Amino acid sequence: MSLYQLEHVEHVYRETTVLKHLNLTITAGEIFALVGPSGAGKSTLLRLMALLEPPSEGKVQIELNGKPLTYHKASITDRRQLGMVFQRPTMLTRSVYANVAFGLHLRGQHGVQSQVKHMLEAVALQHLAQRRVQSLSGGELQRVALARALILQPKVLLLDEPTANLDPYNIGIIENLVRRHHDEDGTTIIIVTHNVFQAKRLADRVGLLLESELIEVADTDTFFNHPQDPRTQAFLSGDLIY
Amino acid sequence: MQVTITALSISAVVGIPCGAWFALSKLPGKRILTTFIYTGMGLPPVVVGLVVYLFLSRQGVFGDLGWLFSFRAMVIAQVILATPLVIGITMSSILGLDPNLRPQLRALGATEWQITRALLFEARFGVILGLVAGFGAIISEVGAVMLVGGNIDGRTRVLTTAIVLETQRGHFEVALALGIILLSISFATNFLLMILQGRRW
Repeated sequence: MSLYQLEHVEHVYRETTVLKHLNLTITAGEIFALVGPSGAGKSTLLRLMALLEPPSEGKVQIELNGKPLTYHKASITDRRQLGMVFQRPTMLTRSVYANVAFGLHLRGQHGVQSQVKHMLEAVALQHLAQRRVQSLSGGELQRVALARALILQPKVLLLDEPTANLDPYNIGIIENLVRRHHDEDGTTIIIVTHNVFQAKRLADRVGLLLESELIEVADTDTFFNHPQDPRTQAFLSGDLIY
Repeated sequence: MQVTITALSISAVVGIPCGAWFALSKLPGKRILTTFIYTGMGLPPVVVGLVVYLFLSRQGVFGDLGWLFSFRAMVIAQVILATPLVIGITMSSILGLDPNLRPQLRALGATEWQITRALLFEARFGVILGLVAGFGAIISEVGAVMLVGGNIDGRTRVLTTAIVLETQRGHFEVALALGIILLSISFATNFLLMILQGRRW
């Protein structure tokens, strides 16, 4: 069942075209990785898919509970079924616990202590619950960002470079948790990464975004072992000059 | 003190939401609006007093209200002086927050109202500073309240105008004592506002 339908998407930001001629379908329950060099438009595409902004042209549509939704049609209840982790997480100047509980409080949920405790254990941060987020390391901060998104049990989780510049320990925790949520809850995962090895480890399908255009989309095996487009071959072999 | 509390309360109720709104909305002509607000932050009190006087005087537009030389006239003048300070400082505090915070709060499922509340809390040090600045403008004001209040004993005489009067009479010790009271009130109020501001993280 197709979850996302993107048709003829174009996006202009400050008079620069950051996405063009983009068509993409994403199936419910899959892990889709979007790879490409920096500045290719990956993060912009993710923001459009999170319904945080509308595309300049074309359609970004997601079907939730049988309802086709776009940026303009989605209600707050619909939006709350989407979760996003940003490349550079910005936190509230409060404790780790308060940041993870924040989304639940927004939804009017109280008595969330056990949920937050459980989630902090899952990201191995239970010992830092009362610590202020400003004192955390990059890896710890990224785990808080993942925890505050996952605790809301989104149907779709959009991850923007969730492990950029992190050490293997933190990468392992984040990847395992993402995979577990996908396997146990059927969460659809869309991950933007410039790390092709991460895409290979996690994804069911992979797409290459290059200079604002989606060059190739294929299942992970085909993408890495038998890419059709010469630019994909060049990107994977490290020969692409951009 | 009653004038100060009333004027500061009105300035806070008007100024904080306006400051948040101006910071977060995409209003056309925002640059011009900001210039007006910043100009308002440095309004000469005597000029404000004069304008309010002219509006409230018998021949003025609001002359029929009979508010000249009253508590209300003093509050109006003080609100005009303090509100731009509260708006301007609230606005710049919110604009000074990390611009990534807003979309990230939205991605967590916050409504616009919840986002505004969270951003105001994040900018609380600036918001309190705006109130401190507004309070300072009000409590130290002489020219405007003298003009529109008339410095009437028992009705519109405030500490600052009383200090002026006592100095003119040559009662320096009384003027000085009133000055110490004024400073003490200012210190106590600012201390309370600092407690409200909470601990810097």
